[in-house]
Order: sequence, then C-alpha cells, then structure tokens
Amino acid sequence: MSADTIRGKAAIAGVADAASPTGDLELHGRALEAAMVREALDDAGLGPGDVDGLFAAGEAMGLAEFLGMRPRWLDSTMTGGSSFEFHVQHAATAIALGLCDVAVSVYASTPHSDGKRAAAARASGGGGPGGGGPAGFGGGPGGAWRPPGPYPAMAWEMPYGLRMPIGAYALAASRHMSEFGSTAEQLAQIAVSTREWATRNPRARFQQPLTVDEVLASELICSPLHKLDCCLRTDGAGAFVMTSAERARDLAKPPVYVLGAGSGVSHSIISQMPDLTTTATTVSGPIAFEMAGIDHGDVDLLMLYDSFTITTLLLVEDLGFCKKGEGGSFVEDGKLGPGGSLPTNTNGGGLSYTHPGMYGMFLVVEAARQLRGEAGDRQLPRCDVAVASGSGGVLSAMSTCVLGSEAAL
Amino acid sequence: MSDTSAPPATRIEPPVTEEAEGFWDATRRRELVLPWCGHCRRAFWYPRPVCPSCLSPDVGWKPASGRGQVHAVSVMYRPANPTMAGRVPYAVALVDLDEGVRVMSNVVGIEASEVKVGMDVAVTWEPMSDGRNLPLFAPDARTP
Repeated sequence: MSADTIRGKAAIAGVADAASPTGDLELHGRALEAAMVREALDDAGLGPGDVDGLFAAGEAMGLAEFLGMRPRWLDSTMTGGSSFEFHVQHAATAIALGLCDVAVSVYASTPHSDGKRAAAARASGGGGPGGGGPAGFGGGPGGAWRPPGPYPAMAWEMPYGLRMPIGAYALAASRHMSEFGSTAEQLAQIAVSTREWATRNPRARFQQPLTVDEVLASELICSPLHKLDCCLRTDGAGAFVMTSAERARDLAKPPVYVLGAGSGVSHSIISQMPDLTTTATTVSGPIAFEMAGIDHGDVDLLMLYDSFTITTLLLVEDLGFCKKGEGGSFVEDGKLGPGGSLPTNTNGGGLSYTHPGMYGMFLVVEAARQLRGEAGDRQLPRCDVAVASGSGGVLSAMSTCVLGSEAAL
Repeated sequence: MSDTSAPPATRIEPPVTEEAEGFWDATRRRELVLPWCGHCRRAFWYPRPVCPSCLSPDVGWKPASGRGQVHAVSVMYRPANPTMAGRVPYAVALVDLDEGVRVMSNVVGIEASEVKVGMDVAVTWEPMSDGRNLPLFAPDARTP
C-alpha cells in the first residue's frame, strides 16, 4: 500500500485552544484537558460518546479513563513540541484504514501559573503536588526539560553547562552563521514579523509592535541568541477532533482535510544532531508535499514551530522555500509578516502568542482557523492550503502536515 | 568535613555508567580514549555497548589525539544551573575531534567571546571530586 492512500481521507472537524494576555489560565491539569476536548467536540458538532480514538503527548490511558472514554485507538506519541503533528499523521492513518472513526488529540500545560498555585497550596498548608497534570517537555515546574530515565545528556552534555533548551538552538545558530553568513539581524526580523501578526491577535501575550533593534538590545542569553529570539513561557491548551472526510462533511464546520503528512527523526540530544543546520524536516516535508500533490507556490499559510527564531529559519529552508543557507536573506524583507508573500505564524507564534512547552498544537489549530476563514483581523484573504511543521526535542523529531480546504481537495 | 581528600564538586559531575567505565578510568590518567567499533574500524560517540553504525557488540577503547576543531560555539551569559554561576560567561562548544567524532565540551584558557568556529583546540583536564578528570578544550598551538 502506498502512502498516498491517506490523502484527503481524514479531516480536522473541530478545534479549540486557550491562552490569555496575562499568560495565566484559570483551569489546569486534567480539568483544562477536559475543557479543550469538550470545546473541540462542540466545535465539530460531536460528543464524547462519538470518540473512539484518543491522542495525548504522554500517558493517554489515564486521560481516557478520566474522560470516561473507551477508545479502540490509543496513541501516547511524545516527541516534545511536534507531538501534535505526529498525532495528525497517525490519526489520519488510523482513520483512513478504518481503525478509528473519531479521534481527539489534546494538550494542556500551565507553567505560568503552576508556581503561583504551588505557593498558594503551601500557604494554605495544603498537601499534594497541585495536580498540574503530567510533566511534559518544558512543562514541569522549573522548566527543566528532561525525559525520564537514564539518558546520555546527563553524562555527555550537562557537565558542560549548556543552558537548555536555548543553548542547543544557539549552537545551531552559531553554525548557521559561520557556515552561511546569516546574521543576528536576520534572525531578529523573524521575531519582528511574528510580532506584527500578534498585534492582530487579541489573545496574544505580546501585542505591541517590535523592532529589530529592540530584539538586538534585549539580553544576550546564549550567544548568538537574545531574549527576544526566544519563545514565551505561558499557560496554554488546545485540542483538535479528526474524523473521516465523509463524516466531516456532515458536521458543523467546513472540513479541514489532511492532504499530506510526514515525519522524520534524526537524534535526541543536540550533540548527536548529524548536521546542526539541517533538520529532519528535509525528510518530513517532501513526504507531506508529495502526498498532498502540492508545490511551494500552492502554500497560502505556513505554520512553523518557533521555539526560537533559528527554528523558523531552519524550517523555511528545510521545507524548500529557499536554498539551504539562504534563509536569512529570504526572511529579512519581512515576507513572513502581514502583507508579505509568505504569511507565517499568523497567530503570533510561540514567540508572541503563547508557548506552554509543546507548541505544536497551536500550529494545527491556527491552520484550521485560517482554512475555515475564522481568523478575525489576521484572516488571510485566500487560504486553501496550509502547512503546519512541528519540531520536537532539540530540532530532533520533525513532522509536517499539509492541510487544505474543500477547494484544495 | 572530615574527608579533605575529595574536593567539592564545582559543577554537575557526570555519572559513571557501565558502558563508559573505560572512558572515565582513562581520565584518571588524563588520557582521552574513544569508543571504537572493531567491525567498522572507526571511533564513535557517545560510549555505548554496541556500535551505533552497525550494532556490533565488538566495541572497545582507542586512545585519541585530543585534538580537534570548534564546530559550533555558544557563550553562556546566564548559567545553566547554579553550579556554573561563577564561571559566567563561559563557552560551550561542539568540538570535531581529529578521529571523526563530535563531542560537547567547554573551551577554556581564552576569553569566552573569543572562541570561534573553526578554531583548533586540544584537550585539557579539569579535576573532579572523585579523582576523575573532565575533558575540556583550550586553543591549540596549531593556531597561529
């Protein structure tokens, strides 16, 4: 069976996400996950009883029990920030093969308010860890990004004091600059263009315009990356519902079809990355584009993981929108921002909208909203094909989804 | 403290895992060794009980030159953890060793901001609290 058999077979039928300008959300843990699932199902015109496939970036079995679900397809794929692009790929595959009918993927993480909750619990003498849900990549108190169990970074990276995760991306940026001559100004422009989109998102954490000079004047944390090259650290949550294309057409909202999906994994820790300037998006992207039958000129919206400005730069190159090494000059005219020729991260991205630790959920949700024409002040005049490309670990686990409207099918 | 023979750890010290005992034992003699695959006839990194290229369990240790080049570098202006606070700013680099493997380390003996990609470096040793030595790198005489 060839991989193209999943093209157009499955669709995203409902989406939800939560974020706030304060960076705090009221709900947390399983309660927040449940709220997202309910909202996404409402959006689709479906109910919990319809769900037979459940996806979480971590332990999905306990979540199923909590939600009162008895799924016949369970997926706990956890690749950090790109988990939800993997979920789209896996759900589309299961749905295309008839192994599940209605799949839900959900995420919730509240690092911004966890500390306050823990302090309040201590002040009131309350015991327990606060029920913040399973610790995720970057999601636990203190923000330490450390998978469980023995792992090689303990011996071969941590002793050298690489500040994580920013230091890993700083090494990639260092290499990109020395090999291709890209500049701090070019990286800063990515933050500026993304912020321009955030000014149009009333839920974005930062909505004031930003300049290249302001990025360069912000604290140099790990050279060559400044504070404003880094994503936010906020509360946030989201969910999406997927079902067969056929069933999606009878539901509440226009279907957002999965036209193509691909993944690629090259390493886990940064010192093992085969090439610091080339990610496995060079694997995932072509698979997804070919399956979808699209060229670069067909793409109306790019949703690219932006944990750091360098992440976006590498993804633009690795998806083939420009040649390897030319990403800096490609983005420096602001073409990723409003009015530019390649609208990218229209929600304001992880840099300015929200970033709770595993941002990939928001790539999918924003792509769906744009394809459905629901993106408010930032709605693109025409959006029939959107590419959501996630990055997990430290540029390690990459996954690309091509999503499309009815017109693109 | 009664035991004065072991200096306090000044950074997070790496655990000694079973597959890396030979590496750490060599550091007690200030010798850099690399894991070596007897089937592929080449070094690999990091130490593990099988070769990551061919999965052969025929692996051992070979002395390394201790020389290499900076492949990428980032200067930490904020420490990764409190044990490193006194060293800020310090350089964390990926170093391409002459034997064809890439390792993470610190480049010392030079202003952190002066460490450049492509710079020739050679191994130098920092004592740890248990008699092991941590391999760091410093500019090599090969650099004019």
